[in-house]
Amino acid sequence: MKVVVLGATKGMGRAMARRVAERGDTVFVLGRDPEDLARTARDLEARAGKESGSFGHAACDLERPESFSGALDAAEAALDGLDLVIVTAGLFATQDALEADAELTRRLLTVDFANTVLFCEEARRRLLARGGGTLCVFSSVAGDRGRKPIILYGAAKAGLSRYLEGLDHKFRARGLKTICVKPGFVRTSMTAGLKAPPFASEPDVVAAQVVTAIDRGRPIIYAPGIWALVMLVIRALPRFVMRRIGF
Amino acid sequence: MHAEPILSGWGHAPVVPASEVRSEDLTAATRGMPLSRGLGRSYGDSSLPAARDHRVASTVLADRILAFDAQTGLMRAEAGLSLSDIYRLFLARGWFVPVTPGTQFVTVGGMVAADVHGGNHHRDGCFGGHVTRLLMQLADGRVLECSRDVEPDLFRATVGGMGLTGHILEVEFRMAKISSPWLWGDRQRVNGVGQFFDSLGRSASDWPFTKGWIDCISGGKSLGRGVMYRARWATPDEAPPRPPRHKKGFAIPFFLPSWVLNRASARLYNEFRFRTQRTKAAGIVHPDEFFYPLDGIRHWNRLFGRPGFTQYQCVVPHATGLQTITRAIQLVNKRGFASPVCVIKDCGPEGEGLLSFPKLGISIAIDVPVRSWTQPLIDELNELVLGEGGRIYLAKDAFTRREHFQKMEPRLAEWQAIRRRWDPDGRFRSAQSVRLLGDAP
Repeated sequence: MKVVVLGATKGMGRAMARRVAERGDTVFVLGRDPEDLARTARDLEARAGKESGSFGHAACDLERPESFSGALDAAEAALDGLDLVIVTAGLFATQDALEADAELTRRLLTVDFANTVLFCEEARRRLLARGGGTLCVFSSVAGDRGRKPIILYGAAKAGLSRYLEGLDHKFRARGLKTICVKPGFVRTSMTAGLKAPPFASEPDVVAAQVVTAIDRGRPIIYAPGIWALVMLVIRALPRFVMRRIGF
Repeated sequence: MHAEPILSGWGHAPVVPASEVRSEDLTAATRGMPLSRGLGRSYGDSSLPAARDHRVASTVLADRILAFDAQTGLMRAEAGLSLSDIYRLFLARGWFVPVTPGTQFVTVGGMVAADVHGGNHHRDGCFGGHVTRLLMQLADGRVLECSRDVEPDLFRATVGGMGLTGHILEVEFRMAKISSPWLWGDRQRVNGVGQFFDSLGRSASDWPFTKGWIDCISGGKSLGRGVMYRARWATPDEAPPRPPRHKKGFAIPFFLPSWVLNRASARLYNEFRFRTQRTKAAGIVHPDEFFYPLDGIRHWNRLFGRPGFTQYQCVVPHATGLQTITRAIQLVNKRGFASPVCVIKDCGPEGEGLLSFPKLGISIAIDVPVRSWTQPLIDELNELVLGEGGRIYLAKDAFTRREHFQKMEPRLAEWQAIRRRWDPDGRFRSAQSVRLLGDAP
């Protein structure tokens, strides 16, 4: 497969890119810092047993929607095709930090919702033009219910999840599979410094699960799987309970 | 519900209140930090911060392979790259690390800091001997590359320097080309320490990998019995057609009660292991089985229970080694008991790492549970080893006293001088350096 990963330099994107590279896919990585991207591309090549220079990279910043089209052009040209687009990039901040900083809130809502959707639209058009493919985007369990510790981040992810759901409904018949990944707490640098709740997972474990879901074309994937059950319960809780608990 | 974060080494003794700072950007994560830590496989307090620090930089997210030359085997990687990744990715391609410790769950940074050795020490020396360059973050915030040609004193002090000279950011080393991804080996029952000495000595010239499992509980005629293992890489003709599959193994889900491991249960296990071993066997061996027999059981350290355990590993000169090791086993059994995890190995000459553990002689590693008798036992063992001109392995240690260690290490003054030149204000320190080297607590 010919795979583009936005967010491959860190965390779950890195784990996803490694997973697909190690099974023989050709990878093109997108991200902000060219030097960091080059190091990531070299890592993926070494792991895949390919020659240095086999995997390309291009600058693409979710804060700059004008960078999307050029980055995807470069990817399509280098890969000579496009089968799978994976998006793991995003911003994270705690609810406390966001409440104290309106500018940070604006940035986070823009990046995690509006600009991610714009990037997906760009990728969707290209995949459909080629007759279909897979768009795999990392949303979050945080979007499943309005929860006190994660209101703003959760709101952006809720919007993203709904968008991905709609895409899947509309375009699945035309060959575009949309996969919405909802990770629970994963130990990455994004969550460094936060207390790990029960069922906390590792990026490799999530990546293994998501790659299987991509192969099977499952539209929604909770990772690790236990979060499907946890969120089922959370979604069923009455409002008077949600008002009282801190979760 | 959430207790304070705690950290410990593999032995779960000591356990200290501290946390790890994880980031993919190791240069940023290590800036201003007193110590970095990899996968936490050193047994004692080598990877733990001094009491006043509470934090260490974790290297595990900085695990990219930066270059691999399939012609020369030269590899460069970020310090957090794990040996298990290297092993999984490169074995089937015909490459292996030049030196491996007894677990694959270590980082390349940790392998340099502890200057690890393996069953091939008598032939290939320590891991540090195959390292060509190190990128480091120094006490003054500079990021600098050192090697045998550039800042050689820093290089020699860092190889085996337990992370106390600066943060290792990147490691460049030479991988070893292997003839196949399988081993050809044999094993043989051994009836005592003396026979181990003969067998290790005789095998050294023909076998790259030698090691023995030694029963450190049985006494009398059975003292020091065990099983001798030898291996080399199989030739393409000998090797099975498919590369070995990496097994997942199973995990010990929780700490067993500490009474489960006692003298009787350990003796029973040893008796079983010795008796069920055929007198002699030879053939193709899975590298997991030879190099990483314990990795098949994840969290095997939990078998020792909450109080934890320590490993006493020392190297003693060949000349008096037979008596010293016999005496050591007797001391362990007089004071307490050893677990079934005990290994005897042959060491070649001392390497260039100024604080590296191995030197010419015989090394024995004895896992003992932490009990009231553990400290006096380690003291007695250290006095014995000190008297015979031996020394201990810092990566395993949690109980040695400063005065013992300082007497064992004639190289310490030179190492300290270099360390102080690069870190005059003593910014780098660990719980172990406070305990053994006299760093400010």
